[in-house]
Amino acid sequence: MNVASAHDQAIQSLGSNEKFLVETRNLSLIFGRQTILDRISISIPRGQTLAIIGESGCGKTILLKALVGLLRPTTGQILFDGIDLQSLNDVELTKLRRRFGFVFQNAALFDSMTVAENVAFPIRQHGCPKGQTPRRLILDRLAEVGLPDTVVAKKPAELSGGMRKRVGLARAIILEPDLILYDEPTTGLDPIMSDVINELIMRTRRKYPVTSVMVTHDMHSARKVADRIILLYPYTRLSKGESQILFDGTPSEIEQCQDRRVRQFINGEAGERLMEMRATQAGHGDLETPDMHEYFKKKKK
Amino acid sequence: MPALINGWLNRGAERCQIDSSNMRDKSLDAEFESMPGGIVGAVRRTLTHWGDTVVESVGMLGDIAMFGWQVMVWLFTKRPKAGTLIPNFYSVGVLSLPVVALTGTFIGMVLAVQSHYQFKAIGMETKLGGVINMSLVRELGPVLAATMLAGRVGSAIAAVLGTMRVTEQIDALISMGANPIHYLVVPRFLACLLLIPALTIMADFMGIVGGYFYCVVIIGIDHAQYLRNSREFVGGFDFFSGVFKSLFFGGTIAIVSCYRGFHCQPGADGVGRAATEAFVLSFVLILVIDLILNILLDAVYFSLWPRGAKLF
Repeated sequence: MNVASAHDQAIQSLGSNEKFLVETRNLSLIFGRQTILDRISISIPRGQTLAIIGESGCGKTILLKALVGLLRPTTGQILFDGIDLQSLNDVELTKLRRRFGFVFQNAALFDSMTVAENVAFPIRQHGCPKGQTPRRLILDRLAEVGLPDTVVAKKPAELSGGMRKRVGLARAIILEPDLILYDEPTTGLDPIMSDVINELIMRTRRKYPVTSVMVTHDMHSARKVADRIILLYPYTRLSKGESQILFDGTPSEIEQCQDRRVRQFINGEAGERLMEMRATQAGHGDLETPDMHEYFKKKKK
Repeated sequence: MPALINGWLNRGAERCQIDSSNMRDKSLDAEFESMPGGIVGAVRRTLTHWGDTVVESVGMLGDIAMFGWQVMVWLFTKRPKAGTLIPNFYSVGVLSLPVVALTGTFIGMVLAVQSHYQFKAIGMETKLGGVINMSLVRELGPVLAATMLAGRVGSAIAAVLGTMRVTEQIDALISMGANPIHYLVVPRFLACLLLIPALTIMADFMGIVGGYFYCVVIIGIDHAQYLRNSREFVGGFDFFSGVFKSLFFGGTIAIVSCYRGFHCQPGADGVGRAATEAFVLSFVLILVIDLILNILLDAVYFSLWPRGAKLF
């Protein structure tokens, strides 16, 4: 009984004594026969802004979704404020989610609702904080992300990509969460809007005592915003026994890193991929591979 | 129970991720490559294909049953908000009325046209009322209303939920502490379940009007005799059995369509396929359930009235 109530308190508390807000221990995610994440252990201290970088398909978005319990790990643990997410039932997990804010890649705004209804959604689910009115809160948050009052009645379809992202950010921070997760916040935006988003992330960080995890492949954005960078490498490309985390350190340390694959990523070089491509091309030119042969034979029929 | 719910939600998202990399196909291809050529290989390939299809369909049936169970659990744990219910009731009920009424009218008239000559040949035209109205009330009304609902509402549900899955809106719902089954599925389920009897009654009524119009006004069968034959032959139980069956149809449509939407594969093709499959699968299931329920209801009917109603 005592344990249960302590557990319950921890779920609702806004600052316990745990040093790390989020921790993964030997987290693995396997879909069918495909290993996406292999024994990842990351500890994120309170107040840190962590950027997880890596090429497409390395599993960084999946890692982010696992952190908030959207995907269940195959093995391993995820601790949020010392609570094992897998030990929670549905109601407890829902309560805990009040403390998360998730900014999705394409904002994931509900297109049947207006901007105001979208931003107000967490309030409707979890209730309005004391001493605030939903109306005031919505307008404040929209102003914070630099959107005028005129957008509130619009539908997401009427907004530009940058505006949608900002509405998504406003929705994520409306209840002042402890942890904000950004899924590729600058992808698909022009350089100016990307920088606006970077500034907004930093401003949010300054204004609230928030821990942020950002998944990106935009090195510029990672260097500017993050205190710590983790480079994740696709599991299938690793040699046996190697960790998927190739680099873990500050933005200035990553410049010094000597690992060839890390250097290639931060400098944006194709490296051995070019050779692989050439090899594939040569293969097709020289001789029809059995796959190709089969494919064209079927096509002819 | 909550563990089940979580496990299930996870699965929908997981499948979306898996399918984006065509994992399933690859694993099967690898197995094919390892098989010998010639006749032995061909037989083994065919068998593997069949086996895969069978396993997949059985798995899907189990998945749908689990999904239905979750919907039932959420139906009684938390009341859905009026704000999510009313739009669904409007689109399922009000917007389906015209099309159901129209098809009902025509099916009534078509029945009259089809059976008229046969009955005229044996001089039993006045019995037409009984035949037309009986087929409408027992069979065609409910099945027709269900078909229209599956086509109009079911595929729309699958497309909407599929798009929400693909654009991460379902993930967003979960991440903000809403349960997608409670928030998205239960209102749609209730709308289909509660409004399909009304639509069935509407289809029945318009079919009866259509049949009457063709027989009495156009062919000129005696009005009083037509109605008397209908009244004598069609009983309360027939009407009840039609409406009763429709409840099952409505529930099936909602669950199958929502399930298909939740397990949508990414891309325009995925959403399109979800919409089509939602209709096809619910229609097939409607007919299967119809057969089973008819057998059961007949057993009940003849145990209550051993002599049954006789047309001649």
